[in-house]
Amino acid sequence: MPTIKVDNQKLVVKDGDNLLQALLSAGIDIPYFCWHPAMGSIGACRQCAVVQYAGEDDTRGRIVMSCMTAVTDQARFSVATQSADQFRKSVIENLMLNHPHDCPVCEEGGECHLQDMTVMSGHSVRHYEGKKTTYRNQYLGPFIGHEMNRCITCYRCVRYYQDHAGGHDLNAFGSRDRVFFGRVESGLLESEFAGNLVEVCPTGVFTDKTFSKHYTRKWDLQSSPTICQGCSLGCNTYTSERYGQLRRVQNRYHHQVNGYFLCDRGRFGAQFVNAESRIRQAGIRNSQGLYDATELKTAIGIARSIISNASTIKGIGSPRASLESNQALRELVGQNNYSNGMTEVEQAMLQKIIDVLRSPIPTPSMMQTEQCDAVLVLGEDVTNFAPRLALSLRQATQNRAKTLALGVHIPLWHDAAVREIGQTDRSPLVIVTPTEDRLDEVASHVLRLAPDNIALLGDEICHAIKDEDNGTASDNVSSVAREIAGLLKQATKPLIVAGTSLQHPGILQAALNIAITLNQQNISAGFFACASESNSLGVAMLDNQHSISDIMAEQPETLVVLENDLQRRLGDRFDASLAGIKHLIVLDHLDNPTVSVSTLVLPAATFAEAEGTYVNNEGRAQRSFATFNPAGDITPSYELLDQLRSVKRHIDEIHHVIANSIPTLAGIVAAAPAASFRIEGAKIARMTHRASGRTAIDANISVHEPTPPMDDDSPLVYSMEGQHEQAPANLRAYSWAPGWNSNQSNHKFQQEVGGSERTGDPGILVLTGGGEIKTGDVTLTHRRLVPELHIFGSDELTNSAADLATLVTAPYLRMHGTTAQSLGVVQDDGVSFEVNKQRFSFAVIVDDSMPADSLAYPLIPATVVLTNLDDIQLSKAESWTKAPASGQRMITTDRSQ
Amino acid sequence: MTQSPLTRNIQGNGPTDILAYEASGGYLAARDNIGKADPADLLQLIKDSNLLGRGGAGFPTGMKWSFVPPADGNGHRYLVANADEMEPGTFKDRLIMENDPHQLIEGMLLSAYTLAADVGYIFIRAEYHLAIARLRSAISEAEQKCYLGDRILGSKYSFHLQVHISAGRYICGEETALLNSLEGKRATPRAKPPFPQVSGLWGRPTIVNNVETLCNIPHIVNHGANWFKSLGKGDNAGTKLFGASGRVKNPGCWELPMGTSIREILEVHAGGMQDGYMLKGFLPGGASTDFLTPDHLDLPMEYEAIQKAGSRMGTGLMVVLDDRACPVGMIANLEKFFARESCGFCTPCREGLPWVQGILDKIEAGHGQAADLEVLERQALFIGAIGNTHCAHAPGAMEPLVSGLKYFRSEFEQHIHDGRCPYAGES
Repeated sequence: MPTIKVDNQKLVVKDGDNLLQALLSAGIDIPYFCWHPAMGSIGACRQCAVVQYAGEDDTRGRIVMSCMTAVTDQARFSVATQSADQFRKSVIENLMLNHPHDCPVCEEGGECHLQDMTVMSGHSVRHYEGKKTTYRNQYLGPFIGHEMNRCITCYRCVRYYQDHAGGHDLNAFGSRDRVFFGRVESGLLESEFAGNLVEVCPTGVFTDKTFSKHYTRKWDLQSSPTICQGCSLGCNTYTSERYGQLRRVQNRYHHQVNGYFLCDRGRFGAQFVNAESRIRQAGIRNSQGLYDATELKTAIGIARSIISNASTIKGIGSPRASLESNQALRELVGQNNYSNGMTEVEQAMLQKIIDVLRSPIPTPSMMQTEQCDAVLVLGEDVTNFAPRLALSLRQATQNRAKTLALGVHIPLWHDAAVREIGQTDRSPLVIVTPTEDRLDEVASHVLRLAPDNIALLGDEICHAIKDEDNGTASDNVSSVAREIAGLLKQATKPLIVAGTSLQHPGILQAALNIAITLNQQNISAGFFACASESNSLGVAMLDNQHSISDIMAEQPETLVVLENDLQRRLGDRFDASLAGIKHLIVLDHLDNPTVSVSTLVLPAATFAEAEGTYVNNEGRAQRSFATFNPAGDITPSYELLDQLRSVKRHIDEIHHVIANSIPTLAGIVAAAPAASFRIEGAKIARMTHRASGRTAIDANISVHEPTPPMDDDSPLVYSMEGQHEQAPANLRAYSWAPGWNSNQSNHKFQQEVGGSERTGDPGILVLTGGGEIKTGDVTLTHRRLVPELHIFGSDELTNSAADLATLVTAPYLRMHGTTAQSLGVVQDDGVSFEVNKQRFSFAVIVDDSMPADSLAYPLIPATVVLTNLDDIQLSKAESWTKAPASGQRMITTDRSQ
Repeated sequence: MTQSPLTRNIQGNGPTDILAYEASGGYLAARDNIGKADPADLLQLIKDSNLLGRGGAGFPTGMKWSFVPPADGNGHRYLVANADEMEPGTFKDRLIMENDPHQLIEGMLLSAYTLAADVGYIFIRAEYHLAIARLRSAISEAEQKCYLGDRILGSKYSFHLQVHISAGRYICGEETALLNSLEGKRATPRAKPPFPQVSGLWGRPTIVNNVETLCNIPHIVNHGANWFKSLGKGDNAGTKLFGASGRVKNPGCWELPMGTSIREILEVHAGGMQDGYMLKGFLPGGASTDFLTPDHLDLPMEYEAIQKAGSRMGTGLMVVLDDRACPVGMIANLEKFFARESCGFCTPCREGLPWVQGILDKIEAGHGQAADLEVLERQALFIGAIGNTHCAHAPGAMEPLVSGLKYFRSEFEQHIHDGRCPYAGES
């Protein structure tokens, strides 16, 4: 570890760091713009200048950019010296020449890195008298606002969008003092990770449009640490509220899980909390089939009498509900009457995932996958199923460039130079999926196969690793398999990615077999499993005994369903399955087909209104805390379920009940501190110390100062009175440090820049210490229908987020040209089919990249009827008119025009 | 042996075709060396010759080449001729490319052979359409005679050469911006290290040399290092294309020994000032060099002496300022050019140059204030040092301003005091 001298203070720094990282890690404030901890240095803004001295006798030194200067032993620098200070002032002064003085009306104000750095640099007097450059803004879709006049040309946006996220439609145009960052023309930003621009931009050029609609200054937001509900990855988020509405979601840095970035489903999908379709009151179905809004107390009373009079009662839990709520249901109906709300296939696949996570096979975290040097994705359209992982796999393909760079002594933070030497030379990424994949463009091998053939190829790869000749595969398949096996064997850290999206146990098994076989050959191959929902792993660990079908088969008189739309899993069997049930009690927060056939519905709290523990796909139990106290009767499900059996207990008691009854889940108690946790006698504040208006927030109703809602469940308070800076990472409600009002304050809480939190990485890995895992037989499903996942549309909850919903595709059937030909249809024709005597017509998409024997349909609410079907009889839809282009690329408003 | 090797074929009678070029001894060096000479010997020869880069920086060519790593057989290695001659007042490379294109081709062939480069590009300014046409036709002639292409002159060595027309940005003259542009990226200079020798075009080993530099190579190979060194005056090696523009009697470009005095260039070759005009100052080597004054006329034109006098020899083509042209107006015009040609990458250059330009325009228009000079000086300090900015563009842009403030400060003050340009109406 080199020792450097900064203003005569000796610092031991990390080898391979640049000086800017080293200074920030040492707690020395230095302003910067273009450098980003996840994206390295380019030296564009010149803001982080310091003086470097040639030796002990050098008194003058020379200006260097700390982000572009490697730390070498005995090097001597000064941050404070007058020439460096003056230079940094001049940089800000020049950056400000064209920056508008619109802070009071700018959405970035109060959490603006440019504001912070201007204050830090000490520039305060303006000498420039000329005119400012102005630009026309673009419409960039429903998520991102564009205000180019504020741009300080740091190039972070294009570097993030193109280099890091692989986007193509955001560019730097023009030159000199007129560089424009935007698209060729107005339109939806194509990248599924565009939302990160909002956080990457150091000022107010790219802003969160969903937030703009109900804008609040950061200091007035009430926030909490939450877990994203969009998929199984468990990305850490900050969710913020004011006036009873969820205002926005931001990334919450996690060194192992999501790093600095989120996907757009996670960032913008949480607006479902504000949806029109929210269930805000209890309802009882009347004789006309409509719901009478009922006081919660009354509804609970009725539900209790239904339950106490029931001859049989069953409960269906949910992989999208918290462990606490599932446990409360399990206790209400009894262990033998509880299902975790998944199908048999899902349960079996999750059991496999649990087995591998407990086994000695390495199961890297999402951020660790970025270090893998050969990746095989078997059957998962990662971008649309576990979106954030796609961003990490893109980084994994850069490892080849990093190796080349180190070979010629280019430091890895020298981003442009690493990319230059790497060019298109990428680490191998093999994508084997039935339909087109956004990662195809960075893949070394792309194979479009039907699900059964994916499983068979996986099996063949496994044989090839063992140098066996299976004898059953064609020459073509076995030569491809040998090539892939070779790539995996040559790698030092190969990774196999598989999951549950195709509901094909054979693919998962084949992928597992590959990982096991490689490990048997002493190749440390990692396995990364994607599950479907935020708590799929958690509920599978809680109780994986009975599937939905098991419960339904017993035709219970009374059924309690917890936050689970059964139609999504039962598909065409939905109506028939529920027909025999006399009393259907549903707890949920959004209207859905299951709610619509219930006898009684209870208003459940969302993740933003209730504490909950979720186990992500790597077996990390993480606690999500309520952001705000919901209005009216909305109540966390675990509380409602406890009330149904007249029990009142603290949520921490439920943690202990789970821990005591299920040893593998014992770790959840420590996933976050208990409600009794205090720092110097204080709880953790959800509001900032600058929050305004708390006493007047309800003045339109009553002029008396309202009492802040009490939070007995957690160590957080609904107030600004409490701890912030010393809060551990799993309780910190927002990222802020003195002088660092934006989320650039992250490094103030890290052990070193880009490293673990000082208080440790949030969450507890609960799946450890299992035994050896054995390879198994690869089974086939013989399904012709293949679900095609969509980041916007295939997730139940986020579909109810108003802005995200505009991007959900219309239903279609994607097929190979030969299939279309045999049906006598062409692109944009319609095809129809019948299910349960009901006729459906979908648009045809002809796609010769599809395997010829498969039909792909989008996994969206409109196609739910296809969920369990193996095949359908298709015919050309007569009198089909091509629907107007789906919402996907529709441009509605352009505020620049 | 000729004393003006670079221009020996340039007689004002049109371009030299391959036959004429060969007749004058052209491609002799190629025939004698390609596939025969040891590239290491050729590299040593260039090192021994003391050839300094003719693009403006004067870096020893042999040393530059020696940083190229040994061939690893893993892909292409590139040689690029920087023919993006956009420095205001500079037109020397054009003279060679239009009139003796084979000289550049042979120079590139020998250089590429020395460096084990297999692909070459001539990155040329778009406005040089005559040079482009003549280079293309010359390349075609050379290919037919097996001087370019696969297995050159029956050897195992192959070299493919292409002309790439620049899209027209001054910054492309910066060698790493040139490489980015050639790759189809934004013409933004790269942060060094890594240098192009290690990671150049498409991340591969690459040498970028000025046209005039490359044209010296065949002559050095033919006649030896000592001959080349004997061409210059004093310690200087070789000849140099010098020139002058502005109100001199005979503006032009001439090949003269390195180290020829400024006085000789301006008074003998350029014929002195036009009648009625006096020499007030001059930029010795293009727009991005500091002003010198009549006091400096007896300096030899060579890198070290001009540097000592506070300027740079640059391209060696002088821009002359006379006593009836406004120095403030001239500097304002230069800064307008530099502000416009900034690539927009780093803050001091992108934001700082237009501010400087705006103030100069204001002073020239008679609206200047005393405080403006302070801002100019502060900005010049901020932008003007190499290392403060991402590349040398902005520091170069500050050279005429800083030296202008030094030599012509009273004129700035007069503009501000009088509220008008004292030269208004002069021409």
